[in-house]
Amino acid sequence: MTGSGAVRLIEKYWVVIGLSSIVAFVIVCVQATRNDNLIVTIDEMLIRMTVVVATYIFIGNSGVLSFGHIAFMCIGAYAAGWASCDPSWKQLMLTGLPEFLQDNQYPFMVSVTGAGALSALVALIFGVVVICMSGVVASIATFAFLVIVNSVYSNWESVTAATSSLIGIPTVSSPWIFFAFAVFAMVCAFLFQESRYGLMLRASRDDEVAAKSSAIDVARVRLIALVLSAFLVGLGGGLYAHFLGVLTVDVFYMSLTFITLSMLIVGGVGSLSGAVLGVLMVTLIVEALRALEGGVSIGSVLVQLPKGFQEIGLGVMMALILIFRPTGLTRSREIPFPWQMRRPNVQPRAAAAIAPVERS
Amino acid sequence: MIGFLQNLIDALSLGSLYALAALGIGLMFGVLRLINFAHGDLITVGAYALIVPAADATARMFIGAWPLPLMVLGVCAVVVAFALLSDLLLFRHLRRASAPTLMIASFAAGYIIENGILVVYGARPKAIDLWPDLGREMEIGALHVPRLQLVTIGVTVLLMAALTWFLKRTRYGVQMRAAAEDFAMARYIGVRANFVIGLAFSISGILAAVASLLYISQTGGLSFTLGVPLMLFGLIATVIGGMGSLLGAVVGGLAVGFVSSMLQAYLPEGLRSFRDAFVFAIVILILLLRPSGLIPTKALVPRI
Repeated sequence: MTGSGAVRLIEKYWVVIGLSSIVAFVIVCVQATRNDNLIVTIDEMLIRMTVVVATYIFIGNSGVLSFGHIAFMCIGAYAAGWASCDPSWKQLMLTGLPEFLQDNQYPFMVSVTGAGALSALVALIFGVVVICMSGVVASIATFAFLVIVNSVYSNWESVTAATSSLIGIPTVSSPWIFFAFAVFAMVCAFLFQESRYGLMLRASRDDEVAAKSSAIDVARVRLIALVLSAFLVGLGGGLYAHFLGVLTVDVFYMSLTFITLSMLIVGGVGSLSGAVLGVLMVTLIVEALRALEGGVSIGSVLVQLPKGFQEIGLGVMMALILIFRPTGLTRSREIPFPWQMRRPNVQPRAAAAIAPVERS
Repeated sequence: MIGFLQNLIDALSLGSLYALAALGIGLMFGVLRLINFAHGDLITVGAYALIVPAADATARMFIGAWPLPLMVLGVCAVVVAFALLSDLLLFRHLRRASAPTLMIASFAAGYIIENGILVVYGARPKAIDLWPDLGREMEIGALHVPRLQLVTIGVTVLLMAALTWFLKRTRYGVQMRAAAEDFAMARYIGVRANFVIGLAFSISGILAAVASLLYISQTGGLSFTLGVPLMLFGLIATVIGGMGSLLGAVVGGLAVGFVSSMLQAYLPEGLRSFRDAFVFAIVILILLLRPSGLIPTKALVPRI
């Protein structure tokens, strides 16, 4: 009986187990190449995976498009920077910081957790203000939020060093640390979407009016998702700070917003599997295009694309996905349990958040 | 008092520019429920159409060297072509898509155009001196007003009048308003959908082209992201004006211009660099008090 109990447990958490095994396999393969550039790419990909999975918690479950999540990443990254960079430099440059941050240098885990916490706090304040707006207006408000954060962080000389950079953040470079955080984000996302609140939020995504008339407090469940999602995005931002070692504000703006959103859309915005696999696929394609920009010789012919084609390629791919497969490559379903015999009729996931709907 | 009047004229001219951007965005939302993030990049296209496509550091005039009427027509034609192309290649295939899908699609379109410009023209900002005469100031009583500001305000008023005439008095204008009111119903009574949508894209393109000409003669510089701030303020303006209402877009544009100019003038020195943050925060406040904008339409009311 214990055997079948274990199987049942694996089946229940198969989404997380399956996805993290795929990612772990990719890491092992890349490490086997011993190519330093590739390993750095993988590090960055894993951080983005944390951010994209966290973004999915809000966008995927609520169906409200957010352009502001990279702002939470910015907030998290700077929080981690404040907590962990060299005190003597902070006292010289960041005179506006509170004393407990100026005088101390906190270890990695503290700074990253602090990053998540600050970002969650900001999300709570922002969320209380914005969450009752209707979908489209809320999306634009998140865009406004991105602009506000960018404007504040690129001008607040005494706290963020404004347009000069925040330097001397101790770097961490082991893919497995970043992997652990990505898996943590996946576990949170999975537990949330299976929870009472997750289901209520998904119900409101599929039919807001029906959900409201079933006594679901839509604003409240959205707020819960936003805060959880911002906490994890903040963690991702903290990781990014420790990955880069140097922070500037313009990293966290439109391009990164576009890349993370395209990862979510390409994979399928309505499922956790879509978020994770989307990150893998988009990274693969972007790297391939980047390699082509650098020049690849096929036989005796050197194929080289001009700089900028990587971004154009990404944009075109996203457009094609939106036209031909708006629910993403996974069709916004979770990866299936491979030994399906015991329960053949697992119900398919609900339609994706941004699936095409008939216009009234 | 003179100082305030001076600020008021600044506010009006900035507001006119935002109103132009907002009209272009509001029109697309009205007809297609499309929030067009690519509108900013259409404005950028208009600006770059003036010069010879090359990655050189100095800009050589191309359409910009033509006589004025030809130049305006040329820039409009280029931008309208891009707008129609974006419809043909992308938005036409998404007619049944939801609002968030359209939003992402326009984000992607903007990203492609922006990076396309980057590939062709290079990333370096270029200086461009369009209409140097307009920089001179005119004296009206004790006021010193740059001519450019008067031209901006004048052109905006003219365009708005023309647009109003078109929408109220011509057959296609009426069709377009009908489509904006209730798209499905308009189709039932014989409005050709793709034609009206194409018309909306064209008008939006013309508005973007004019906005870009006025904007670069103000800033005197080209960069591949120059349209983005205009798009952002225009977008915000349509939202606080009331999505789907063209009058709302204009009112919203003027309001955003007014708020930014006044903050620029009256914020204490230390806070002035945070002006945009204040503007956007005020926008969120307005949305809290009036969630459907200053001039509400039924565009955002969910239909059950």
